[in-house]
Amino acid sequence: MTTQHVTLTVNGETREADVEPRLLLVHLLRDVFGLTGTHIGCDTSNCGACTVHVDGQSAKSCTMLAVQANGATIRTIEGMADGAALHPLQQGFWDQHGLQCGFCTPGMIMQAAWLLDRNADPSEDEIRAGIAGNLCRCTGYVNIVKAIQQAAGELKASQSAPVVAASSVEGQAVSAEPASAG
Amino acid sequence: MIPAPFDYVRPADLDGALKILSEREGDAKVLSGGYSLIPLLKLRLAQPGLLVDIRDVAGLDGIVETDDELRIGGRATHRQINEHPIMVDRYPFIREVSGGIGDAQVRNWGTIGGSVAHADPASDWPAALLAANATIVCRGRGGERTIRAREFFLGTFTTAIEPTEVLTEIRIPRRTNGVGGGYTKLERRVGDFATVGVAAVVRLADGKIGRAGVGVTGVNDTPFAATDAESALAGAAPSEEAFRRAGEAAAAMSNPAADTRGSVEYKRAMVAEMTVRSLRRAVERALAFA
Repeated sequence: MTTQHVTLTVNGETREADVEPRLLLVHLLRDVFGLTGTHIGCDTSNCGACTVHVDGQSAKSCTMLAVQANGATIRTIEGMADGAALHPLQQGFWDQHGLQCGFCTPGMIMQAAWLLDRNADPSEDEIRAGIAGNLCRCTGYVNIVKAIQQAAGELKASQSAPVVAASSVEGQAVSAEPASAG
Repeated sequence: MIPAPFDYVRPADLDGALKILSEREGDAKVLSGGYSLIPLLKLRLAQPGLLVDIRDVAGLDGIVETDDELRIGGRATHRQINEHPIMVDRYPFIREVSGGIGDAQVRNWGTIGGSVAHADPASDWPAALLAANATIVCRGRGGERTIRAREFFLGTFTTAIEPTEVLTEIRIPRRTNGVGGGYTKLERRVGDFATVGVAAVVRLADGKIGRAGVGVTGVNDTPFAATDAESALAGAAPSEEAFRRAGEAAAAMSNPAADTRGSVEYKRAMVAEMTVRSLRRAVERALAFA
């Protein structure tokens, strides 16, 4: 079977590979690029452990082909921290004990990041609905919700620059539709 | 799980896609969002030789209202549909369907055309399209044809679409005064397929139900229109008694299989109950949109 050349931007870096069309995005990230922070849980698009962002939209990378993501911008858990400084979501999971075994955590954080990008001040119900596609078998979700709430508060506080207020975030939810996601 | 090998192309336009589909007839499959097809490839339940990804085909994800129709492009994702201003403004029924499919990640990528063409016997859109008397637009090299939803779903994973065609658009009658819909899904957990799902659309006129559409999913080889329930409702006053009669008629038309989600008796009883709940909400919305 012939391979195809793919070029992606992963966490800000251009990455290339020759892949079989049947290669899943999660395998490209883990096995070819060595980004093993993205986990494979159920491998059947149920558990969400493999969640990454593709062109700004959260996706289960076990249910996307690497060739489908050719040309796309990918963000994984490795792209969240700023050097040694944890992302507010990572810090929130640490502070609130939002994990026990930690297997679901990378996917949970990426899904929460997508949620907070679109809704800076989610209610508990909105958080729970937002992470409904991510399964945790340890925590019972209570501390995960607290972790996301802590991060939301912190992100809001750090982004309280006067002009970029809630309205731009609102607008983003409806209009900032990457053509490639359609 | 690793799919069997296949080739992959991403044509730039619809003509390109249709050309390849007809050259590789029977061996090529259309790839839209991938959330139905890729699991099948991984389980090796489908082993096409070629995937034709329509991601780059422009003009397939529009959502517009014409004088008499709501038109949704086949490549529109469940989330795009759910968040579209037209839906937010006046299609709570369509929002209810699109917002309850899978989970957020699935809704980010899964498309209405992919879901409808896949035709899982427990999927949500088919029930809604049957209830709403939608039509489905398919394009082949020879041109376009429109197929009524009621003539589209032929059996498990089987539809009236040809392997050389692309599902380009869904057309739903535009909502007019006195029309409302509701969709109620019973699922064991988030993201599970419907144990039972019932969609109902009613048109009220002079305090009576003028016409009703009832679409049922999860309890037959394929989603179906509960025509006996529709007849029971036509001309009736929108009462609990009428809803119950319709529910019983829908349950009688179902042909569920006993599995981990419940026994035959349980599923029939749930068809009746979900029908009643959807009708209540449909009537409420019809009254509010007068």
